[in-house]
Amino acid sequence: MTLSLRCTLGALVLALPLAAQDTIPRGVRIGLSYDPGTRPGVVVLPAGGAGSDSIRAIVQRDLDFGDRVNVMALEGREASPAGGPNWPLLAKLGAAAAVQVTPTPGGLHLAVYDVAKRVTALIKDYPAPAPTDVRGWRAAVHGLSDDLEESLTGTRGVARTRIVFERGRRIWIVDSDGEQAMPLTDAGSPIGAAWSPNGRSIAYSTYVPARIVVQEVVSGSVRTLVGGSGVYISPVFTPDGSALVYAHGVDDGVDLYTIGLNGGSARRLSVGRGSDNVSPTFSPDGRRIAFTSGRAGHPEIYTMDADGTNVDLLTPLDFGESAYRAGADWSPDGRLVAFQSRVGGSFQLLTINLRDRGLRQLTSDGRNEDPSWAPDGRHLTFVSDRSGVKQLWVLDTETGRARQITRGAPVRLPAWSPRLGAD
Amino acid sequence: MTRRTSYLALAILSVATLDACRKKPEAAPVPAAAPAAFDPAAAQRRADSIAAVNRRADSLAASDASARRAEAARAAAELSTLLAQRVYFDYDRDQLRDDARAVLDAKIPVLVANPGLTLVITGHTDERGTAEYNLALGQRRAAQVKRYLVSKGIADERLVTQSLGDSQPAAPGSDEASYQQNRRAEFETQGAGGALRKPGA
Repeated sequence: MTLSLRCTLGALVLALPLAAQDTIPRGVRIGLSYDPGTRPGVVVLPAGGAGSDSIRAIVQRDLDFGDRVNVMALEGREASPAGGPNWPLLAKLGAAAAVQVTPTPGGLHLAVYDVAKRVTALIKDYPAPAPTDVRGWRAAVHGLSDDLEESLTGTRGVARTRIVFERGRRIWIVDSDGEQAMPLTDAGSPIGAAWSPNGRSIAYSTYVPARIVVQEVVSGSVRTLVGGSGVYISPVFTPDGSALVYAHGVDDGVDLYTIGLNGGSARRLSVGRGSDNVSPTFSPDGRRIAFTSGRAGHPEIYTMDADGTNVDLLTPLDFGESAYRAGADWSPDGRLVAFQSRVGGSFQLLTINLRDRGLRQLTSDGRNEDPSWAPDGRHLTFVSDRSGVKQLWVLDTETGRARQITRGAPVRLPAWSPRLGAD
Repeated sequence: MTRRTSYLALAILSVATLDACRKKPEAAPVPAAAPAAFDPAAAQRRADSIAAVNRRADSLAASDASARRAEAARAAAELSTLLAQRVYFDYDRDQLRDDARAVLDAKIPVLVANPGLTLVITGHTDERGTAEYNLALGQRRAAQVKRYLVSKGIADERLVTQSLGDSQPAAPGSDEASYQQNRRAEFETQGAGGALRKPGA
C-alpha cells in the first residue's frame, strides 16, 4: 500500500491571526492525504493513566464504526515503547497516523502523530466530566473521536449522537455505539419519536390518548402540543425548529398538519381526500416534504412544497397488489430519500436519488424497515429481524457493512439525532 | 270463503260446543261446620299448613323472578355480544366485505332500540407495514364502519372512532390466519346505563 502523506498542519493554523479563527472549521484539519478508495490506517496507541484502556477501546470502536479509517490493532510496548511511537514499525504496517488519548484531571489529552513525517501532528485537550458520570464522560470521549475523525479524514464523525426508538410501550434512547440504552418515557403508548434540530427535545405521539407531545431529553419535562379525537401520529420538527408537521385524522382520512411550537392553531397541509397521509420528512432546506400517502390505493412516497402545494409522486408507481412503500427519511445532504418497500413478501430498504430518480436497494437479509439517516448522510439506522428479533442496526451505505446496535426486547421506529453538544 | 270450508268451520264449532256441554258444573262449596270447641292442636296444624303454603308460594315467586332475571341477563348478554361482534378486513383495505356488512346490519336494531348508547369503534391492523401507516389505516377502517352505520340511520354523534394500529393483535402469529384475525374493527359500548333493551320490546 502506498500512502502519500501531506502534512499541512499545525504551524500554519496556529499562525493565523485571532480574528480569522471564526472562519476556521471546528477541529484542526491535519491534511493527511491517501489514495482515493483507500482508508488511512490508524493505530490507537496504548496510554498510561486510570481508565485509559477503556478510552482507547471507545476511540478505536468509534473510528471503526465511522467506516472512514482502517483501525489497526497493535498491542502493548511494540507500538509505543518508552520514548514515543515506534516509527519504523508503524511505517512498516502502512499506518498513516498514530493516536494516543490520555486521561487528565479535567478531561482528555489527544495526541496525533504523522507517521510519514515522524512528527506530532496535533495536540489537543478536551474537557470531560468525571468518569463516574458515565453518560457525560462517554459523550466527551465520543466528541473527541468525532474531532479526530475530522482531523484524519476531513469529515466529522457521528459517534457523539444518540438514537431514540420505541420498545415495550416506551421511547428509549441509546448512544450511537449501542451503549447506555435507557427508557426516556413512562410506560404508555408513545410512537414515532423525532429530534428537534438542536438535539435538546424530541416529539412523539401517543395513541391513548391521541396527542402530540414534546419532551426535553435532559430534564424529561413534557408538554402536549395538540390532541383530541382520532389519530395524531408521526410528528417531525421543521428544520428551523419553530414548528411541527404531523398527521391527524378522524373520520375523513388522515392528513398532514403543521403547528407552531409556541402555540397558534394547526394548519392543514395535505389534501388527501379521504386517504392516509403520514410520516413526513423535510428536505434539509425546509422547502419540500416527502411523505407516505395511500391516495393511489396503496402507500407510495410523495413530495410536496412545505405549504402543501406542488404534490409529486416520488417513487415510481407500482400497480402490483402487494406494492407498499413507506417510512421515508430525507438524507441530511438532500440528495437521497431512504424508504422501505415491499420486496417478495418482506420489506427492504431502498434509496431514491432526487436528481435522476435512481433506485438502489440497500438490504436483502431479513425484513428491514424504518430507516433514519445519521447526520453524516452516510450511515442509516433501521429495524431488522435478521438476528431473529427486531433490533436496531446501523448500515454504512457506502460499504454495505451492517452492525447491530440493540439487543433484547424488540424495537421499532428509530430516529437518529443530529450531532449533539454537551448535555 | 268457499262453501266447503264454511261447512268444515261449522263442524268444528259444533264439536267444540258439545265438548263444553260434557263438562260437569263445579260442586258447590260445602259450608264449614261450626267449631265445636277450641282445639290448640288443630289450630297449630292449620297455622302450620298456611305457613307452608305461603312459603311454597314465596319460593315459587322467587324462583320465577330469578328465572326472569336470568332470562333478562341472557338476552342482554346476547345483545352485548351482538354489539361487540368484530368485523374483518382485507389486507391494506378499509372496504367493508359482505360478511362485515352482515355483522353491522345485526347491530342496527339494537342501536335503534337503545338510543342512549354510544358505540366506540376501534380499528386494528396486522403487523405488516409501518406502525404509523397502520395507525392511519386502523382509523380509516373505524371511519368506514361508522360511515356505514350512519348511512343506516344511526346518529353520527353516537359513533366514536379510534385506532390502535398494529399495537394490539388479537392473534399473535405471523401467518395469514393470524393476520386475518388482526385486521379488524372492535366495538365497545358506553352509556348503556343498565340492561340493554331488546329491539321491539
